[in-house]
Amino acid sequence: MDTAVRELSYSQAIQEAMAIALEADERVILMGEDIGVYGGAFQVTGDLIERFGPERVIDTPISELGGAGVAVGAAVTGLRPIFEFQFSDFATLAMEQIVNQAAKMRYMLGGAVSVPLVMRFPAGSGTGAAAQHSQSLEAWLGHVPGLKVIQPSTPHDVKGMLLAAVADPDPVMIFEHKLLYKMKGPVPEGHYTVPIGKAAIRRDGKDLTIVATSIMVHKALEAAETLAGEGIDIEVVDLRSIRPLDRETIIASVKKTSRLLCVYEGVKTLGIGAEISATIAESEAFDYLDAPIVRLGGSETPIPYNPELEKAAVPQVPDIVAAARDLVSGVR
Amino acid sequence: MPVEVILPKVDMDMATGRISSWFFEEGATVAQGDVLFEIETDKAAMEIEAPASGVLRNVTGKVGVDIPVGAPVAWIYAAGEAEADAATAVAQATPPAETAKAAASALDAGAQACAASPAAGPSSCTGSPDGAAVRASPLARRLAREAGLDLLSIQGSGPRGRVVEKDVVAAKQGSAVQPEVPVTAAQPATAAAPAISTPVPVTPLAAPASDDQIKRLFAAGSYEEIPHDSMRMTIARRLTEAKQTIPHFYVTVDCELDALLKLRAELNADAPEKDGQPAYKLSVNDMVIKALALALKAVPDANVSWTEGAMLKHKQADVGVAVSIPGGLITPIVRGACGKTLSEISNAMKDLAARAKAKKLKPEEYQGGTTAVSNLGMFGVKDFAAIVNPPHATILAVGAGEPRPVVKAGQLAIATVMSVTLSTDHRAVDGALGAELLRAFKGYIEKPMTMLV
Repeated sequence: MDTAVRELSYSQAIQEAMAIALEADERVILMGEDIGVYGGAFQVTGDLIERFGPERVIDTPISELGGAGVAVGAAVTGLRPIFEFQFSDFATLAMEQIVNQAAKMRYMLGGAVSVPLVMRFPAGSGTGAAAQHSQSLEAWLGHVPGLKVIQPSTPHDVKGMLLAAVADPDPVMIFEHKLLYKMKGPVPEGHYTVPIGKAAIRRDGKDLTIVATSIMVHKALEAAETLAGEGIDIEVVDLRSIRPLDRETIIASVKKTSRLLCVYEGVKTLGIGAEISATIAESEAFDYLDAPIVRLGGSETPIPYNPELEKAAVPQVPDIVAAARDLVSGVR
Repeated sequence: MPVEVILPKVDMDMATGRISSWFFEEGATVAQGDVLFEIETDKAAMEIEAPASGVLRNVTGKVGVDIPVGAPVAWIYAAGEAEADAATAVAQATPPAETAKAAASALDAGAQACAASPAAGPSSCTGSPDGAAVRASPLARRLAREAGLDLLSIQGSGPRGRVVEKDVVAAKQGSAVQPEVPVTAAQPATAAAPAISTPVPVTPLAAPASDDQIKRLFAAGSYEEIPHDSMRMTIARRLTEAKQTIPHFYVTVDCELDALLKLRAELNADAPEKDGQPAYKLSVNDMVIKALALALKAVPDANVSWTEGAMLKHKQADVGVAVSIPGGLITPIVRGACGKTLSEISNAMKDLAARAKAKKLKPEEYQGGTTAVSNLGMFGVKDFAAIVNPPHATILAVGAGEPRPVVKAGQLAIATVMSVTLSTDHRAVDGALGAELLRAFKGYIEKPMTMLV
């Protein structure tokens, strides 16, 4: 059966994925603050409470730790919860449940239980929400074995990866950049999955590999188009998943291009770019490097409230263009 | 803590050395000062002593392979010292005092860096003659390694001189990467207008054909391929540099030798006995050395070295003498030849030549000098021109003394004549000055008694 492909926004694609999951499996429930009547802090759950009822689309009290605890317990006892945080920043409140419980239970109970839990984290800066509502903390969770951590960058991927996450027997953390919610893209109808742990090559190129995550994929693609006009041919790898990390794809790409630029919104130091850089330095791709590895990440500050400073605190297209040009032209 | 044994720097422009033999094996007990191993540098063999007493362990310096200066080649453990300390010792940077002790001779900065990280393999410690590590991307290193190219020989076009992929590719194809020159429409297109105001970078001399291009000229199997040793590489590098960077100028004169030969015969005949042997046996070349030294004393403006900043005017004449040795040549130096008697020069030369052939010269015995003599007379060569060997400004090429017809007072006569050609570095010694030096030289050769007073 052919499935039609339409243009949906990123948030519509998430909602559609959740509706499909709710429809297909009665064990699936949604939990989160203001996801019911209000439709979610970013209107992602929308009218799902009307379609599936308050027993399956559950508003939780303003306690991330409590809500996450209930979600972990529900997962352990047979349900498949999809838990929404209003802002990924509030993951800090639920760290005990995420890091010490959800990530550890299968291991510590010798495989007797699993935690088929999905957590959704609206993340990133650019909305003027200031320092406590704009962070990119995916690397925190990416550091914890037992969790899967993904950052879909397109409507197509977020639907397919969310459905893959629901089907996954282990906890999957989805970081959704808030500026992507309104982005539109082709999304097939019906059920499909996009594998967790597999990067995507968004643009083929031979001069430089940019490994980017989430919204930075789009900025990298824009930079690549600009530089194509200068005869610089850039390959853009969308990491999609930071745990597990698709090392093979990155290594193969760098072996092809001999140069690597990592672009991510999280704070540069001790971030995803460090892991990608080290992956290359430790791999056979090392002998293919013709220039230093360069990282573009978030600045070493809280995200500022001032809109101009907020933009300046994370990599923007001109930053990527400049860094890529320097790398390829031999300035660095 | 175990003491590191490093490959020391024993020669000024030495980047690597080869161990020709070890005199102790792994596990042997050695005393400080024992000769541990012998290294072969570009020009000589040197014996290296143990920096400490103890047991020799972890002998990693292999015989016959190029080892970067400063790289550890073994460790000496104090008696009873646990061998497990090796890991610690390797992991820790040797304190400067220890390094200095172990190094015996002064290490340059690059060698220090290598010594401080002994865990690094030889390839990561590749040094350049000035002691700085070679900057090269990992890709360039791999490509050079695969192509058998020496990174030191490749000019890097990347940031801070880093050798990058395109430089190695260009080196393989036998052409250097040139800085890009913007071509403007206004630039004259033909050679008819040589006065181009656009600054054009000085183009280095045409790169030689690549190895592959040369090999293609010969049928496969029609030749044997003999790898270069370090002496051959040094000769190639130094002479190419000398001939390309020094503006050579040549002056030739004929010298009549009969008086000199007569004096030589008399002096040799009257040589006193020492240990049942004549105390000296002067050669013509010994007298040429003395005559050149005295000529330089008489014409001190020619006893110079060119530097970009200033002329170095030497206070004594140190005469290098090219000695042919198996696989190449070396130029030991007779220091202060003006002040030495002919017999002293003669005996010094015999000693230097013998040790040169045995590769036992010390660096200070062949480095420096203010001029040189190259004599091919023994092969019957009539006349030739030699390449100035910097820091010298002159070199004298000496042909064979042979009976030739000469005109004396309008009459044809026969004399023993030797042609000599002086090559000068024209930056330092102009033609007239070179001619003046040769006239003085000819004077001493043709009136040899003047050398004795």
